Amino acid sequence: MKKQDVSRRIKNFEEVALGLDETEAVLEAKRCLECQRPWCVRGCPVGVDIPRFIRAIRDGRFEDGIRIIWEKNSLPAVCGRVCPHEVQCEGVCSLARGCSKFMTAKGRARVEAFLEQFNLTQKRRRPVSIGALERFLADYAAEHGITPYTAGSDMKGKGKVALVGSGPASLAAAGELARRGYHATIFEALHAPGGVLRYGIPNFRLPEEIIDREIRQLKDMGVEFRQDVLIGRTLTIDELLSDFDAVFIGSGAGAPVLMGIEGENLNGVYSANEFLTRVNLMEAYRFPETDTPINIGKRVVTIGGGNVAMDSARVALRLGAEESIILYRRRREEMPARREEIENAEEEGVEFKFLTTPTKYIGDDEGCVRAVECIRMEPGEVDDSGRQRPVPVAGSEFTIEADTVIVAIGQRPNPLIPTTTQGLETGKIRNIIADESGRTSIKGVFAGGDATTGAATVILAMGAGVRAARAIAEYIEGCKD
Amino acid sequence: MIIRLKEGGERIPLTISGSDPKKGLITIIFQEIGKTTIELGRMEEGESILNLVGPLGMPAELKNFGTVVCVGGGVGIAPILYRVKALKSVGNRVISIIGARNKDLLILHNEMKELSDELHIATDDGTLGRKGFVTDVLDEVLAENRVDLIIAIGPVVMMRAVTGVGSAHGVRTVVSLNPIMVDGTGMCGSCRVTVGKKVRFACVDGPEFDGEFVDFDELLQRNRRYLKEEAASLMVMRAGRCTCFEETGCE
Ligand SMILES: Cc1cc2nc3c(=O)[nH]c(=O)nc-3n(C[C@H](O)[C@H](O)[C@H](O)COP(=O)(O)OP(=O)(O)OC[C@H]3O[C@@H](n4cnc5c(N)ncnc54)[C@H](O)[C@@H]3O)c2cc1C
Ligand SMILES: Cc1cc2nc3c(=O)[nH]c(=O)nc-3n(C[C@H](O)[C@H](O)[C@H](O)COP(=O)(O)OP(=O)(O)OC[C@H]3O[C@@H](n4cnc5c(N)ncnc54)[C@H](O)[C@@H]3O)c2cc1C
Ligand code: SF4
Ligand code: FES
Repeated sequence: MKKQDVSRRIKNFEEVALGLDETEAVLEAKRCLECQRPWCVRGCPVGVDIPRFIRAIRDGRFEDGIRIIWEKNSLPAVCGRVCPHEVQCEGVCSLARGCSKFMTAKGRARVEAFLEQFNLTQKRRRPVSIGALERFLADYAAEHGITPYTAGSDMKGKGKVALVGSGPASLAAAGELARRGYHATIFEALHAPGGVLRYGIPNFRLPEEIIDREIRQLKDMGVEFRQDVLIGRTLTIDELLSDFDAVFIGSGAGAPVLMGIEGENLNGVYSANEFLTRVNLMEAYRFPETDTPINIGKRVVTIGGGNVAMDSARVALRLGAEESIILYRRRREEMPARREEIENAEEEGVEFKFLTTPTKYIGDDEGCVRAVECIRMEPGEVDDSGRQRPVPVAGSEFTIEADTVIVAIGQRPNPLIPTTTQGLETGKIRNIIADESGRTSIKGVFAGGDATTGAATVILAMGAGVRAARAIAEYIEGCKD
Repeated sequence: MIIRLKEGGERIPLTISGSDPKKGLITIIFQEIGKTTIELGRMEEGESILNLVGPLGMPAELKNFGTVVCVGGGVGIAPILYRVKALKSVGNRVISIIGARNKDLLILHNEMKELSDELHIATDDGTLGRKGFVTDVLDEVLAENRVDLIIAIGPVVMMRAVTGVGSAHGVRTVVSLNPIMVDGTGMCGSCRVTVGKKVRFACVDGPEFDGEFVDFDELLQRNRRYLKEEAASLMVMRAGRCTCFEETGCE
């Protein structure tokens, strides 16, 4: 896929990946083998019928294509941009795995050897760019005014459901509920809907207009949005239960995790959430045109190795940092961030220091951070996550100068709702306990997404939302008998 | 609660200082110190605020403590007034001490007088009440009375000083912290304060904490984080728009 030129893009917040045009999309679609047992579908957490929509693109039936996606996924423009395709559909695409359909193991080994010899492995192994095709269809639909469908006035009588939070979990659940004829009302604490899509993921990866567009489609389907309502304070879950037939909690994992090391409260040490919220939600990059400030130094150090760390480091560059450095305590191959985003970050000039962790922040007289004291790590024993736990190397301390630090080592579910709702069971990280269908320990209360799993992905949150919506529909039906 | 005036506006926290649920009214009292509060002050009757979310934070502990001293400084007097009313309603004896730089900056003293069992006033320049700080008065009040609790709301330096006087007399002081906030829901961590060596988020864990354990120096420092930007914001507002962009291509 074409990308915005590096030298230009680090100066703006416009989208980096530029998307495919019609000819490119059709050409890419033609690479699909249309497998009889399509692995890609199994790799998709919500089971989109991938070969069927690719077929539609190949035939130039773009509207059919998008409708096929909408059957299972109501946010394709978002997913086409931020899903970790390389470990989902694309990761298991037959083209990437070595086309197994017509081959015995022996035959495959022969082909493999041949390809290796002529250095063709990479070429053949490139999976169909399913994500790019998904994005193409979503954007095509928007350009041509194709929308899912609008709710008829007779559709709302089946029951009322309140959804807490407006991230992908609730959005997907609301879409599914509206489609089934329920009236869905989403309550969001912030002034703008979208959850992490809005306040976390930067515009250059997921433009605001895309979120607006998909939310508008939900509104057209009859979903109601109520911003500025903090559930647990403004209204409690119990109060919602008395007004609605069921409640879905999709409150996400918004609380930042800090390391608790010396100097973490110095000025200039941000949690990634504060940093990204100021920039994305509050548009601090346009300050003083907008009113929310952010200050950024010459040398910015970001701690962490996930998408959040990549986003923070890349935002820092766009805000004018001269150097943007990522410290990660494990090795490069163990970074949980999406490959594409790691590459983008590298291209843009983000520097990586692996097997390094901060031990302390050093400030000046004014209380502003000036340096990070670090220690080198080495891979130790294998831990629960199946990776080698990094252990500090004694005596390897060193310091890096820095005038801004961004701590991006994870988020946890916000404890507000569990602490204000009697009888709601929670787990180790204060995540809400819910079963496969999202049922919690309280009757009529469902939950899904990061609120139940801890920080995960957009598509997993959406999958949980859709499953919960089905269970909610069943539950409400059951109540009526 | 947190408000945002308009598109592109900042989210700022303000305290509810009164309410009338029947009419659907809440009262806020604020001081014009920076861009957002000045713009809020300029709004005319009939205009509206774009966003308002609340109430946020932990509800204040309310019971019959016995004798409570309420100390309010500057705009902190507004929330203190609300508190005095609540404390009285559950049977406390309330001694209030309020202070400001001068007489003109002292708000609500008639209302305070009406509600409190005893009211003391202090102004820095002596234009009303006694000359000096609220802490001087507090010291005397604590020497003469058996006090069960002190509640202080006002500038950070004042709250720090009040806590000091309280400890000296062995009385617990509850303070209402005012760190810089963004979301007010426990998501960003902008409002983190150190209380008893633990990091707490004032917007969800507070805003009230036991003064004795609060790291006031850190709070003062953290509240200075955006001084430069706040001044710039104000300048741009006064000038109408930012012109330096065109001239210097400023960052
Ligand atoms: C910077 C960043 C980058 C990421 N990049 C990717 C990526 O590239 N690909 C990917 O798949 N995933 C990515 N993720 C993860 C992904 O965004 C999340 O897994 C996903 O958004 C979770 O969705 P959710 O609906 O469960 O919660 P969220 O998106 O967190 O939404 C929860 C919403 O609920 C609101 N809320 C919380 N509590 C309350 C309450 N009490 N009352 C009312 N409202 C409330 C919050 O304000 C928020 O808007 C990223 C995350 C971050 C932070
Ligand atoms: C829990 C709480 C309750 C408050 N209640 C009241 C009240 O009832 N009446 C009142 O007049 N003021 C109150 N404040 C203070 C009020 O929020 C600030 O005066 C206001 O944010 C200033 O914004 P500004 O744009 O006008 O000024 P700016 O020029 O932006 O800032 C001036 C000073 O205000 C503080 N400040 C700036 N932005 C914020 C922010 N987003 N959050 C918190 N502090 C900030 C900083 O210390 C800064 O130095 C309260 C603050 C908190 C945290
Ligand atoms: S696995 Fe790959 S080649 Fe096979 S149908 Fe799916 S996208 Fe096409
Ligand atoms: S204001 Fe963001 S966590 Fe408190």
